[in-house]
Amino acid sequence: MIPLTWYLILSGILFSIGAVGVLIRRNAIVIFMCIELMLNAVNLAFITFSRQLNSMDGQIFVFFIMTVAAAEAAVGLAIIIAIYRNKATVNVDDINLMKW
Amino acid sequence: MEIVIPPFDLKSISPIIIITVFAIIILAIDVFFKKTLRDALGYFAILVVAVTGMVVGTQLGETVYSFSNMFVVDNFSVFFSLIFLVSTGIVILLSIRYTKQEGINNGEYYTLILFATMGMMLMAGGADLLTIFLGLEIMSISLYVLAGFRRDCVRSNEASLKYFLLGAFATCFLLYGIAMLYGATGTTNIKEIASFLANNPSLSNPMIVTATSLLVIGFGFKVACVPFHKWTPDVYEGAPTAITAFMSVGPKVAAFAAFARVFLVALPDVGQKWSVILWVLAALTMTVGNLVAIAQTNIKRMLAYSSIAHAGYALMAIIAGGDFGPASLIFYMLAYTFMNLGAFAVVIILGRKGEENANIEDYSGLGYKHPILAVSMCIFMFSLAGIPPFVGFIGKFYIFSAAIKNGFIILAIIGVVNCVIAVFYYLRVTVVMYMKKPVREFAPLSLSPFIIIALIITVWGTIHLGIFPGKIIALVQNSSLLY
Repeated sequence: MIPLTWYLILSGILFSIGAVGVLIRRNAIVIFMCIELMLNAVNLAFITFSRQLNSMDGQIFVFFIMTVAAAEAAVGLAIIIAIYRNKATVNVDDINLMKW
Repeated sequence: MEIVIPPFDLKSISPIIIITVFAIIILAIDVFFKKTLRDALGYFAILVVAVTGMVVGTQLGETVYSFSNMFVVDNFSVFFSLIFLVSTGIVILLSIRYTKQEGINNGEYYTLILFATMGMMLMAGGADLLTIFLGLEIMSISLYVLAGFRRDCVRSNEASLKYFLLGAFATCFLLYGIAMLYGATGTTNIKEIASFLANNPSLSNPMIVTATSLLVIGFGFKVACVPFHKWTPDVYEGAPTAITAFMSVGPKVAAFAAFARVFLVALPDVGQKWSVILWVLAALTMTVGNLVAIAQTNIKRMLAYSSIAHAGYALMAIIAGGDFGPASLIFYMLAYTFMNLGAFAVVIILGRKGEENANIEDYSGLGYKHPILAVSMCIFMFSLAGIPPFVGFIGKFYIFSAAIKNGFIILAIIGVVNCVIAVFYYLRVTVVMYMKKPVREFAPLSLSPFIIIALIITVWGTIHLGIFPGKIIALVQNSSLLY
């Protein structure tokens, strides 16, 4: 059987990939996908801990995270569409009306 | 495995149910009676807030854990809920005319404000990290939409996008922190985490230290602490002014309520280590907030940086802990609600469609043209700066004395020095209003009876609580007992 630590390491790697992606990518939708990746890394960590501790709390938490992520996706994509209608770009470097 | 369904104690969450149900009703009214009842939605929303406030008021004095210890009604959460409802009520009063002027008087505006308030109440009463997370997200998602409510305005879109991307990013850190804490302690319940940590050494456990730092990032973002504050000025500037007023008070207060509960109840033992981290954060937050505020020309941005600085003072209350820490936090949050909403009320009254008179220079000569408005703006600025006899002074005094009592003398000194720096930019508004000639004609004021009521309430709160704080302080000390 694969030891549970490996899942935690995988979750850490996924979380880091997501975090780095948010920082270096410039397309709002890709940034948003990286955030989803981070959320899924959290889900993986929760499931692993749930398995390890033999308790249901972690799995329940994952359901809530998935629901919230879906709501966030709906709102987030709507926001990105709204900004695309006005500026015809989703590149976050061009969205710079307000600074400092 | 046998599954036991715990009893439902709907009474304990009745304010949340009321506010949710009526928010949905407002949405339905907006859909079905768009032409006839649209203008009445704001009045209806105020009524809902008032009714909820009364229901919350009856809960004062009891301590009830419900839904398998996931939600708690104690004086702490009740008092915070009252602060949220006061701020929401004032914001709705400010919005009624503003939304018409900006052409955004849709029903969902009030629905989203009420949903956000519901999320805040859930955060204040969350006795489980799951509840706190859920409340935080309900609040945040409503605010992402509200920040971008002027859909055809690019600035509003930009504010909304920035808030959304960074907010979701910070939530991931918060969640990873919760996951770590769950892995280390085996539970997400705040009381159980506390009892686990009381029996096991926590500082030697790297997972708990990591979890704590991740939680600091997550909450630090929501309260706009300094390394995590970059979104604040942009979002505050771009969002519709009434929503800026809402965002600068309610969500921040709610995040502080959850912050205090998690750190003072669940993790008191991690003590030394996180109080050093928070010490640095608080000092940075106050200093950077105040120094950058000096350079601002736009009043909304200036108030944004000022709100960052105020988060620093409030953080000091959490660091102080003990008996007085939470009490001074609650009092300061109430004080901040009145004075900050008041300042935004004046900004809204002077604003005009689209362009929104938002430069500090535009206020020059206001003292001669609209004396009453200028006097109330002065009161709010003096209070924000912490000059007696206004409520800002008592609040700061209370926090600093709590910090000194618990041995954080250097932090208190940094705080006092910052208050002096802050006087500069708050008084600049006063100077511009009274000692400069008007640059141009003032647009007609956007006055309505509601906004005048809001102004009267905030002025009254700022002065009355500043001169007679005794009753509220007694109540606050009663509310600060966290379990």
